[in-house]
Amino acid sequence: MRRIALTALFPATAVFSAVFALATHAQEPRKGGTLRMTAPYGTTFSGLDIHTSVRAQDGIWAKAVHRTLFSWDSAKNEIVGELVANVTTSADGVTHTLKLRNDAFFHHGRPLSADDVIYSLNRLMDAKKAYAGARWARFIKGAADVEKGTTPTMEGLKKIDDLTVEMTLTAKGNPGFYFYNDNTAIYPKELADTPEFLQKPIGLGPFKFVEHVPSSRMVTERFDKFYKPVHLDKVIIAIMSEAPARDIAFRNKEVDISILGPAQYVAYSEDPVLKTGIIEVAEVFTRIMGMNPAHKPFADKRVRQAINHAIDTDLIVKRLSKNKAYRAVSWLPLTSPAFDKDRKSYAFDQDKAKKLLADAGYKDGFEFEWTTSQNESWGLPIVEAVIPMLAKVGIKVTVKQIEASVLADTIRKGEFQAYIWSNQTGPDPLATLGCFYSTMPQQNCNYTTFKNTAYDKLIDAARAESDPAKIIALLKQADGILYDEAPVWFFNYNKAAMAFQPWVKGLQPNATELTHQYPELIWVTDQSPVK
Amino acid sequence: MFSFAIRRILQTIPTILAVVLLIFILFNIIPGSAISGMGEDGRGMDQRVAERMRKQLGLDDPIHTRFIAYVSKLAVGDFGTSFKTSEPVTTMIAKRIWPTLQLVFASMLFAVVIGVPLGFIAALKPGSIVDSASIVAAVSGLSLPKFWFGLLLMYLFALKLNWLPSFGYGDGNLKYLILPAVTLGVSPMALFARTTRAAVLEIMHADYVRTARSKGMSETRVVTWHVMRNALVLIITTIGLQFGSLMGQAVVVEKLFSWPGLGSLLVDSVTQRDIPAVQGTILVIVLFFLAVNTLVDLLYAVIDPRIKYS
Repeated sequence: MRRIALTALFPATAVFSAVFALATHAQEPRKGGTLRMTAPYGTTFSGLDIHTSVRAQDGIWAKAVHRTLFSWDSAKNEIVGELVANVTTSADGVTHTLKLRNDAFFHHGRPLSADDVIYSLNRLMDAKKAYAGARWARFIKGAADVEKGTTPTMEGLKKIDDLTVEMTLTAKGNPGFYFYNDNTAIYPKELADTPEFLQKPIGLGPFKFVEHVPSSRMVTERFDKFYKPVHLDKVIIAIMSEAPARDIAFRNKEVDISILGPAQYVAYSEDPVLKTGIIEVAEVFTRIMGMNPAHKPFADKRVRQAINHAIDTDLIVKRLSKNKAYRAVSWLPLTSPAFDKDRKSYAFDQDKAKKLLADAGYKDGFEFEWTTSQNESWGLPIVEAVIPMLAKVGIKVTVKQIEASVLADTIRKGEFQAYIWSNQTGPDPLATLGCFYSTMPQQNCNYTTFKNTAYDKLIDAARAESDPAKIIALLKQADGILYDEAPVWFFNYNKAAMAFQPWVKGLQPNATELTHQYPELIWVTDQSPVK
Repeated sequence: MFSFAIRRILQTIPTILAVVLLIFILFNIIPGSAISGMGEDGRGMDQRVAERMRKQLGLDDPIHTRFIAYVSKLAVGDFGTSFKTSEPVTTMIAKRIWPTLQLVFASMLFAVVIGVPLGFIAALKPGSIVDSASIVAAVSGLSLPKFWFGLLLMYLFALKLNWLPSFGYGDGNLKYLILPAVTLGVSPMALFARTTRAAVLEIMHADYVRTARSKGMSETRVVTWHVMRNALVLIITTIGLQFGSLMGQAVVVEKLFSWPGLGSLLVDSVTQRDIPAVQGTILVIVLFFLAVNTLVDLLYAVIDPRIKYS
């Protein structure tokens, strides 16, 4: 057995804007006050059972009320233990002994125990239910048996003592990447399946649930037995899906932090006062146009490369994305440890594009149908800007517009010639690149049915390797193959931007999702209008 | 009267059945499902979980099987269970109907209190400044997009004047209600002003009004006794129609102001294809519309004794 740092696979290579200075530690945090956040991704939360959710919207309140085994440290840009105090990993990297912290309490006063962890992870695989968090619990040995209903408990979870759990995975891996996700939160085993729990969740988080007014707000208040210092008295999350309404509320000082869309980002960046209160981060999302090789021209690498050369991506990022995005180079985003900073993005070169098309036998171009949603950042407006650029090299595009909720299904079923989408590409670079492994089903995440023997070998080697540095080197090479094969048009990496009031301190540039703030780190000065 | 009321209520049954059928078919044939929408923001969804969800929710059952199951439950007042929250739809609706009713009643109050007198005064003094102002207000009110008008109100009364909060429900108190109610009420207010003006103008030139005047009846009595009572039939019809449809129109306003009503529920339920929630919400809106209009039909007889129900 050897002890490994949870963070070994993810060194601090964060790239985030200098606009936000994390100089919040110069002042002593003030105890008290209220933080008024916004939940911008819809008019509701999905419900109060976080195990069922895959929406970013729900992660906002979950960070206040619940806790997971691991968490994301934005300052270090890496996974760290949360409920887990330390991890001991077996030599083969499959079995992990998780020592739980002894000072974690549920909101009803009972201390956390190994039974709660085992119960919660088994719950995710419940054969009678369908919890979204099963995606992560599936990595534990025996999860499939629980899912089939043949056994109530996963073979890979063993209670060693009240505060120790042995977790055996199906393959070598870092459990931190799976169990930092909100939909794997640890529940109190005696309460989680009661009807009251769905109305009033009880967690291990720094704030206790007080009230949920559907489509309007959620109110939480400080939990004094939380295992870290908590500064705020209260966190109020206002559900505000309309960007202009958020803008007015922010300017009117009715909310303390607010995510910015492209139009507001420009306005705030140009305002001498507001621009001093913007936090930015390169999130682990890559926006692309995926190409289906079943559509004959896209089966040829030269055609795919030609498309990357034919589009003036920098211009689109500047004009349409309003610089609220980073130009994409390859699949892995800037914040990934396996991002190759020496690699240059495809140059805008339409002559080269024409030559590549001619070499591939498409001198006179070809046609394809491009499936898109209306999304302003990775949807119809972008497609409309690209169409004339592709027309100049002879490629004619017809647009198929569908709803965002239908787009995901269309892509998973492969019912497209090309699509434009935003894909989560982190924080685990191995899992991210694993999506392009030849045997990965299209419906899971190999949407462009990518197949490449050399690529597979690199992924296999990375999976077998134990040395973090070697893993990174292998993944960089794999990402290089993706760059060369160009199964997609590499458009941009999302730059998330959030405005904050001058009295708010301790915000975190969370590259996994900027709205997901750990509220125990936040405090407000006495300038705050809410006492 | 009583038999008319019973007949009128019975007449709504085919309408309700047609609505139930239409909503069910529509939301079961359009592309996408509660499952397909999951992970739409690029966050992956476990496909095995998705398959289990499909089975659990009965999405793979034939459409007629689903319809029979839905109608059977509906017959005993069970609107089903939300695909997203696992809550009974009736519970979800119960939580949200009061904020929507608050909003609709407040909007209607605003619209009636401003719109009807405005139209009345305009008609009594045709060509006057009041008349011109009422026409301008009516045309503007009808043509203003609610979303934009709501933002303007927020900007003026919250940001610039700092009189009112720009969003939210608070504890349901008045200051939170004013801006959404005015936003929702401006369009019916304009319509009431126009309708009242037109109705009053027409009645003012009716034979019986001329006769009343020629008999020496005072102008005040002519207006209150003859004009107002006769105009009320048309005005109340318009109010009734608007009252019912305001619930549907509240969708945009509730979303803009983070108002926790049925409209907000409907928006997210549609985008997330939470079919039981959509069906339940639309059905409640339709029932409200039918109930208000039935009530208006019954009111006719009270207002105008010439109207007989046989």
